[in-house]
Amino acid sequence: MADLMHALVLQGGQMFLVLVLAPLLMGVVRRIKARLQRRRGADLLQPYYDLWKLLRKEVVPAENASRFYRIAPYVIFAAIWVAAALVPTFASGLMFNWSADLIVIVGLLATARFTLALAGMDVGTSFGGIGASREMMIAVFAEPAMLMVVFTLSMLAHSTQLSAIADYLILQPVGLRISLGLTLVTFTIVLLAENARIPVDNPATHLELTMVHEAMLLEYSGRHLALLEFAAAIKLLLYVSIFICLFFPFGMATGAPAAAAILVGVLLYLLKLGIGGSLLALGESAVAKMRVFRLGEFLGMAFVLGLLAVLLLFVTRGVRG
Amino acid sequence: MTALLPAAAIAFAILVGLALAIGLVGRRGSAALYVLCAVVAAVLLAIDIAALAVGASTLLLPFGLPGTGVHLRLDPLSGFFGLVVNLGACLTSLFAIGYGRHESDRLRVLPFYPAFLAAMNLVLLADDAFSFLVAWELMSLVSWGLVIAHHRNAENRAAGYLYLLMANVGTMALLFAFGVLAGAGGGYDFDAIRQLQRPVWAQSLVLLMTLVGAGSKAGLIPLHVWLPLAHPAAPSHVSALMSGVMTKVAIYALVRILFDLCGPTPWWWAVPLLLTGSATAVLGVLYAMLQQNLKKLLAFSTIENIGVITVALGLALAFRAGHMIVAAAVALTAALLHVLNHSLFKNLLFLGSGAVLHASNCDDIDQMGGLIHRLPVTAWVFLTGCAAAAALPPLNGFVSEWMLFQAILVSPDIPQALLRFIIPAVGALLALAAALAASCFVRLFGITFLGRARSPAAADARETDRFSLAAMIGLALLCGLTGLFAAALAERLAPVTLALVGGALPPQQAGPAPLSLTPFSSAHSSYNAPLLLLFMVISASLTGWGVHLLASRRTRRTAAWDCGYPDASPRLQPSGSGFAQPIRRLFASLLFRARDDVTMPIPGEMDPAVLRTTLSDPVWDTLYAPTGRAVLWAADRLNRIQYLTIRQYLGFTFVLLILLLVVVAIWQT
Repeated sequence: MADLMHALVLQGGQMFLVLVLAPLLMGVVRRIKARLQRRRGADLLQPYYDLWKLLRKEVVPAENASRFYRIAPYVIFAAIWVAAALVPTFASGLMFNWSADLIVIVGLLATARFTLALAGMDVGTSFGGIGASREMMIAVFAEPAMLMVVFTLSMLAHSTQLSAIADYLILQPVGLRISLGLTLVTFTIVLLAENARIPVDNPATHLELTMVHEAMLLEYSGRHLALLEFAAAIKLLLYVSIFICLFFPFGMATGAPAAAAILVGVLLYLLKLGIGGSLLALGESAVAKMRVFRLGEFLGMAFVLGLLAVLLLFVTRGVRG
Repeated sequence: MTALLPAAAIAFAILVGLALAIGLVGRRGSAALYVLCAVVAAVLLAIDIAALAVGASTLLLPFGLPGTGVHLRLDPLSGFFGLVVNLGACLTSLFAIGYGRHESDRLRVLPFYPAFLAAMNLVLLADDAFSFLVAWELMSLVSWGLVIAHHRNAENRAAGYLYLLMANVGTMALLFAFGVLAGAGGGYDFDAIRQLQRPVWAQSLVLLMTLVGAGSKAGLIPLHVWLPLAHPAAPSHVSALMSGVMTKVAIYALVRILFDLCGPTPWWWAVPLLLTGSATAVLGVLYAMLQQNLKKLLAFSTIENIGVITVALGLALAFRAGHMIVAAAVALTAALLHVLNHSLFKNLLFLGSGAVLHASNCDDIDQMGGLIHRLPVTAWVFLTGCAAAAALPPLNGFVSEWMLFQAILVSPDIPQALLRFIIPAVGALLALAAALAASCFVRLFGITFLGRARSPAAADARETDRFSLAAMIGLALLCGLTGLFAAALAERLAPVTLALVGGALPPQQAGPAPLSLTPFSSAHSSYNAPLLLLFMVISASLTGWGVHLLASRRTRRTAAWDCGYPDASPRLQPSGSGFAQPIRRLFASLLFRARDDVTMPIPGEMDPAVLRTTLSDPVWDTLYAPTGRAVLWAADRLNRIQYLTIRQYLGFTFVLLILLLVVVAIWQT
């Protein structure tokens, strides 16, 4: 019983933490980008104010918006939130972990994307349709590339459970591996593509012909838009957390951890998030956005590198035994 | 237990009787016929479910080939496929009670329909090569009759012709395969075939011929060309059966011959299955992405799913040959689950397309749009089917893909280096196919049901009748239930996997929570769809509650904003081909030589700009067109033989006789 309570508290804490931290990470990235552009930048808490403002505003749907349009934000938010709740952040071995593995997380994100693309097409505007079409084009490369990352790591750890993979990487001296290096590159590109970051999409853009993610949200307003913006923030946090969990899991509390271990885990997680956010801002400031049809090569490269990592593992497994 | 087969035989006889009786009743008996079909299919379904649990039973009927008779056998494998066939048949018949009323040429559909159901059931029950082939050919012929039901349309006649041609090639290949299987002794019942030892070359010939025979019926590339033409040509409820169910009968033939009749198989048999399967999956969904015709798109998506199933079967063969029994059971279970799952969501989608077709009277998705307002119920069930086809959790399409990936992830332990090279590439192709499928179904649903109506027909569409809706809602619920309770379902498949690969999944109750699907062990991987759904419902409710507490509830409807440039005409929405343009440009320009040519008017002229897209089908151009020309050329040459004198004909006969004698002489020594 005590175990169950413990697990529940850990899991609840994780879900709450994800919710609280997501806008902050957004704020940090924006602030650092602003500083790099020699602007003062908005308050770190600005994303929270924005969400609050949107929540208080009235909703203005188009006349021909269907019921799907009104349900979609909730579905998207729930799918991404559940996916985020499944990723170990400060402690591995979360309660929800045995209900879903890394492939299911990819599936949940695909559900969110499917719903968002359809929501963008619901009102029947030219921008919405183009956004949906491009989002799905990006997904055609990003999703298999992500699955290749999943393949590599789960073959190393002999498990597709994210907790088990994190435990394996913490406890086993994996050392430097070529396939892990390739996977790192692939995952970084997937992270940029899935979160509409430069060079794939520009998160700061609006009213631009090249927008992808924003184009799907164009018709949304008020609480619906707040949910979608919040979901996008959680998604960014989710991807950075997976990144941390897969490549820098050190310091994460494992097994049935003591309070001190959890505290260390949380603090280290916050530190790693900060570093991740800064790196993202730095990277975004250093490169230019790509033309839409160059994306095929860029994301295709991620996919091929991921496949190479898997192939290497398949072949070397045979050599060793 | 032993009563199962006679009961099935009686039900089968009733179906044939119905087919014949329709001549007496005439066109008025439409609804009654479909009701009876649904009832008989439900009875057969119950028998099949019982057979899955109980085990094999056999029956020998005293007619058929002299000395052989008709052997029937109902074992767990045929029971499972029977379940797929009859579940589809039952709900499709329910749909047809309403939908059949709109049929213009009823007598061209009604007699064939029950005969088609009977033929598919007979293929599954046949236990000797002769009855198998008779049933197979009956299935082909009767479905051909249904394909050309609307024969006044020249396209349908062409589709029927191609179908008949390909069906003949397929049956001939299967005939050959069974000939080799039976060997010189000629024991045509399946038990004799199982006992026989065959040399390696004979086994390889069987593999090749089975792939051609069953593969052409299932739609494996490059033998798929007839499928996207023939399936859409039939009335929609028959399309559903052909695409969702008949292709599964072909998969049954593949499984029955490769896993059961051939005995132990060498590891390299997996290679052709893996390669054709993955190529079929990716090309099938790419073709689907480029289609404008609603039913053709669905037919190409069937080809994709057949590819996925074939890959899973190939993996199972590889694992079985490498003595990785549990992995083989996981791969085979994934294949069987995908057989069931695909049949459910493809039936649903084809029935939905029938409802759309009837409502708007057109099958071009570029003429549709906004149907969610006109057909609210159909739209939501169709969305369920699309989400299942796009392999999204927690629906059923995801479960089988998930299991397949789990099987791929243990394949580094396979001893053969060649397979270790191929399998990761196959896995990557499957991942690509899954992502393309999601894109394809976003396009299908978004263009058809969302947005604004692109034509008056779509704007005035009407919701379909109650029977049709009931059938579609039933299928949508089944898509959800098979997704949620996949663990229980996978456990029921243990008798099938035990019989074919000698192993089964570990007991599913031992998982970390009730209803968890654990293919290997819970430390390795597990997936609990009900819990996942529960979490999603809880978090969505929490979100809804939070928003309810905090947010403003004011809502004001107004014109679409569209960045401040609202477009008056619904034609300015992206069309189907517009939506597919990025994919076409990135993939199809290489594979299908897709070209977009834009002709802009001279500045100042009032001519419209014209976009012309051209595609070429590489399979047709490189394989079928030259073959067709060669056949015609040969026929022209052979024409000369038709006008010879009697002496010359006698001379030919003489030479042939000598040749045969020489062959026999060589054979004897």
